[in-house]
Amino acid sequence: MDDIQLLANIESYLAGEMSPTEVAIFEALRKKTPEIDQMVVEHKLFQHQMEDYAATQNIKHTLHVVHAKLLENGDLNEGGELSAKAQVVQLWNRYKRVTAIAASVGGVIALVISGLVAYFSPAVNGNQIQQLSKDIEIIKRNQQYQGSLINEVKSKIPNGVTVISGGSGFLIDAKGFIITNAHVLKGTAAVVVDSKGREYNATIVHIDTKKDLAILKINDGDFTPLKSLPYSIGKSNADLGDEIFTLGYPRNDIVYGVGYLASKTGFNGDSLSYQIQISANPGNSGGPVLNNNGEVIGVLSTRQAQADGVAFAVKSKNIFEFVNEAKENDTTLEHLKIPVHSTMKGTSRKQQISKVADCVYNVKAFSKK
Amino acid sequence: MKSEQNEQALLKGLANNDSKAIETIYKDNFSMVQAFVLNNNGSYDDARDVFQEAMIALYEKAQSESFVLTCQIKTYVYSICRRLWLKKLQQLGRFSNQVDNLDETVPVEEDLEIHEKRNAEFAIMDRAMKSLGEPCKSLLEGYYLKKMGMQELAAEFGYTNADNAKNQKYKCLMRLKKLFFSQYNIGD
Repeated sequence: MDDIQLLANIESYLAGEMSPTEVAIFEALRKKTPEIDQMVVEHKLFQHQMEDYAATQNIKHTLHVVHAKLLENGDLNEGGELSAKAQVVQLWNRYKRVTAIAASVGGVIALVISGLVAYFSPAVNGNQIQQLSKDIEIIKRNQQYQGSLINEVKSKIPNGVTVISGGSGFLIDAKGFIITNAHVLKGTAAVVVDSKGREYNATIVHIDTKKDLAILKINDGDFTPLKSLPYSIGKSNADLGDEIFTLGYPRNDIVYGVGYLASKTGFNGDSLSYQIQISANPGNSGGPVLNNNGEVIGVLSTRQAQADGVAFAVKSKNIFEFVNEAKENDTTLEHLKIPVHSTMKGTSRKQQISKVADCVYNVKAFSKK
Repeated sequence: MKSEQNEQALLKGLANNDSKAIETIYKDNFSMVQAFVLNNNGSYDDARDVFQEAMIALYEKAQSESFVLTCQIKTYVYSICRRLWLKKLQQLGRFSNQVDNLDETVPVEEDLEIHEKRNAEFAIMDRAMKSLGEPCKSLLEGYYLKKMGMQELAAEFGYTNADNAKNQKYKCLMRLKKLFFSQYNIGD
């Protein structure tokens, strides 16, 4: 038996690949020949060594691969310059959490800020509440206005000036004192037009932007003072649900509107005004708000931009305070007498309207150059 | 922290030469060992060598069936590395005064003795393999390390059939055995 054959036999014996008869023959041979027995023991040991060697080689290889990989990823640092990729990976791994926290904090802050803005903005956001004067420069009036430009020769608006703003106003004294909103009068002087289209020159006598009220005095020879005013200016608070109506000039013609008193306070709880439910448009500003008894309960001033029909009126008792202030500052107002008795109580709405309409004026303010 | 089960799974993976498990153990422990070696007069290469040797020791331990690790992997790896590195320093005649003893260690002397014996055996086999020459070396590596079949080996090394390859393998094996046993004393 040559050596190779013997080695092959020993291997297959150790691996248990021999058939039982072969095993019997081989074991008999082992017993008979000590050299062969020696070789079997030796080979068994060698095989074990070989297995260990292979295993150690393999684990060394794996360790080497893993080390190189971790080094590449930046998980390990061996002092040398990190590769650009490893640096990015490492930075990302290191600051992953910080980045996530920063992002969420940013998100929360953004939410909080937008929440705060939403909460606080109504007080300052002019868009929510809209003054009902007509900013003529901006809006550009409709055909009627253009028509009035054509008739400018006859108009009492001086040549070369433009009408800046407009609105409504109503008499508080038959001698020619008109009350309107301060925001209607953006200019320095005004022309008032009555319901029959007659124009009169007027001057601004007193203005208070805080109360949003102003007094105009008609200074025109064409003006014939009325005998008396049909309505009174209310001194006490009106009641919720009171039916109200207004007359004003959202157009060049007088327009009637009806509604009810919705709240005893105005926008955001403003105690100087009422909330009323009425259809109001730019140009209604400064118009009177009257109840069924023919008492003026307020001066229509603003509306809520995003809500339909929600308008606000300056309470009428402010008119008294305002007029008293004006009287203190200006002696020419001495004779101004606010009407306190309504003559329209119990009359029909049609009669009321026709009487009130004579006292409501279309106010056009302009600046003298 | 890692549960005990997690550690057991990692060790099992290590015993099976699973690169995922090895990666995890590597990531969790390498920088600690590196810091230790660097702080004690060593280089980055030293750190890598020491750590990989410790991993092999742990691997050998994990392979035995009766194996139970009585402490955390971290503690064990650190203990081995510490022992290995201090020994290396002594051999090199370099000393480090500032070896800190504050970290928890476990006795690893016995394990290291076994490991060193295996290291010596490995070195003998490695030398024998390297002096074997080609194609014997590659043929035996293919069979024992890469676990390739005779058919595959015949194709790869250009033998006409598996029997030829087998014959060649036995010839090589006999030479390797001769080389190996000339260095290795069975009685040891």
